[in-house]
Amino acid sequence: MGSATKQRAVGLAAGLAMMAGAATISWSEAQAQTSVKIGYAISRTGPAAGGAAVTSIPNYELWVKEVNAAGGIKLGDKRVPIEVVQYDDRSSAEEAAKALERLINQDKVDFILPPWGTGLNLAVGPILNKAGYPHLASTAVTDRAPELAKRWPNSFWLLGTSADASKTLVELLVKLRGEGKIGDTVAMVSIADGFGIDLSAAARPALAAAKFKLAYDKTYPVGTQDLGPIVNEVKALNPDTFIAFSYPPDTIAITEQARISGFNPKVYYTGVGTAFPLFKGKFGANAEGVMGIGGWSGDSPAIKDYLARHKASAANGAEPDRWASAVTFASLQMLQQAIERVGKVDRAAVIKDLQTGSFDTVIGKVKFENNMPTNYWWVGQWQGGEFYGVAPSGNAGARQPILPKPAWKAQ
Amino acid sequence: MTNALLTGLVLGGMYALIAMGLTLQYGVARIMNLAYGEFLIGSAFASYLLFTGWAVNPLVGLVVVVPVSFVVSLLLYKIFLTPLVRRARTRDALEVDSILATFGLMFIVQGTLLTMFGGAYFSYSFLAIPVTLVGEVLAMNRLVAFALAVVLGTVLYLILTRTRIGTSIRAVAVDPNVAPLVAINVPQLSALAFAVGGALVAAAGVLISMFLTFSATSGVVFTMKALIVVVMGGIGNLMGCLVAGVLLGLSEALVATYIDPGLTIAVNFALFLGVLLVKPAGIFGRARQ
Repeated sequence: MGSATKQRAVGLAAGLAMMAGAATISWSEAQAQTSVKIGYAISRTGPAAGGAAVTSIPNYELWVKEVNAAGGIKLGDKRVPIEVVQYDDRSSAEEAAKALERLINQDKVDFILPPWGTGLNLAVGPILNKAGYPHLASTAVTDRAPELAKRWPNSFWLLGTSADASKTLVELLVKLRGEGKIGDTVAMVSIADGFGIDLSAAARPALAAAKFKLAYDKTYPVGTQDLGPIVNEVKALNPDTFIAFSYPPDTIAITEQARISGFNPKVYYTGVGTAFPLFKGKFGANAEGVMGIGGWSGDSPAIKDYLARHKASAANGAEPDRWASAVTFASLQMLQQAIERVGKVDRAAVIKDLQTGSFDTVIGKVKFENNMPTNYWWVGQWQGGEFYGVAPSGNAGARQPILPKPAWKAQ
Repeated sequence: MTNALLTGLVLGGMYALIAMGLTLQYGVARIMNLAYGEFLIGSAFASYLLFTGWAVNPLVGLVVVVPVSFVVSLLLYKIFLTPLVRRARTRDALEVDSILATFGLMFIVQGTLLTMFGGAYFSYSFLAIPVTLVGEVLAMNRLVAFALAVVLGTVLYLILTRTRIGTSIRAVAVDPNVAPLVAINVPQLSALAFAVGGALVAAAGVLISMFLTFSATSGVVFTMKALIVVVMGGIGNLMGCLVAGVLLGLSEALVATYIDPGLTIAVNFALFLGVLLVKPAGIFGRARQ
């Protein structure tokens, strides 16, 4: 029997069974949950599409595929499949808000997965809070996270705060300076957009407090097409440490330019995109020693297994990014475990369980404190083809950073 | 100083290259092609596929992508845009209609690219090797793109100014109402100009894909840039296109080096506004009677 016919036969049988059953079983049982409806609005188009396509969408799809292959989400003593309703938020806060209203009021979904990026997560926060849906913001970095977690008790901020990101980077630099591996001079550039502004604003006082000499500190606008002048000027200053709080296209462009100009500081750190498979694909052996935001415990069996499953599931065998991808997948595992422990679609109880429970995920055991995880990876480094977390050094699986960064090779 | 000048010149060449096709499509055929950037990205993807899938050198890829884009643009004009041209009573009306039609086209092309490639960023390395020029280090791929932009610009300029067909094209750009009086076939030349514009944007897309990271949705940035260069240089004027492109590139590099990289886009727009205030028709544009 072909799979389509088989499906039809199963559907028919189920339909008959339901009709027969309707006469005998009580109304409430007939209305029982036959699926868990999961909705999301994600940036399929617009400026956020690049990030969503790497970090969010493949993980949402992998999770749904795996859960349904295992029979679905366990509610009480039976398993029900996940049914997905999705929209394109076109990278716009208004569209995201509209789509979410629709998911809640018209599609009546049971749970909602978050959009990609800090801006959109902040935009949909109030809607999810008002409607009482859990909001697992797995791709947002904001200094207001602790405050937001208090204001919206349904929201969980899995990537932490930018102040923490900058602080951890500076702590690492202090440690490296203490070991005599780097000197005092730092050059910093940042993109004039949410993430770049936040991180550089947090890094400036942290660097000053640690008595680093900030030799260069400039921002550049989104859409800058040639970062050559910046890299050349920084190169002339010959800093020990170079920090770029950049977005994926400029992370690539700055690194390309640094390689071409032969700018090879002891610490070379770039922003979002460094942990992307694109980075490794483009720079190959030249990625070695490059530091960037994020990281994961690359040696853990759970991560290795996740990497293999992601590659097998995603289009063209795409790899996940080495930071928020695994966190995103972990947040979905947490959602599933919370629903299964509650045993029914009771959103308030699920939120409660997320706040208090402990979860087994691909990134290890996670337990929220004040709606935020207690462990983050803030600095990673490409070492032998894998982007390992190097700071905070206290995290399980942290690697020693390789310093100084090896010289760029001719490609 | 040398470095800023060289970087600015190379960047300016890239801007001129991006805008050359649009100046023909908009200036001669009067089609305000809002899907222009999408065609650029489409060619970038074609080049990416050729390079990563079959290891075809992007410079060789030009030989494939450019003629294909010429034919596609020609068909597009003949099938999709000719009804608009026939219907439009004046050229201004055609401009408005073409804006609406190509706005829709933009979504079709973008949607197709999104289904094929997804929203992720793409980038590959080709000729990303340092070259020393007058003591300054530049990327080989940018220099090659610049050199080809110069070659394409020169050839096009010579064709437009030295050949009979080029003179006719310029006549259409200047006054399409009078051109038929001297036996110029305006519809045919418009189609030709549109198709050559399509070939040029494909060349730009292939060359740019060698050094810029792109995604299926990044076309609009290029449409904007091309539009600024075209309007600033004088619509339909190739020389204006080159001058405006280089001006923008130089100002960007000089401002980034000597003042603040944060101001580059502001200075670009200030320059644009400044030119339009002094010469509303653009640097080389002629005011309409």
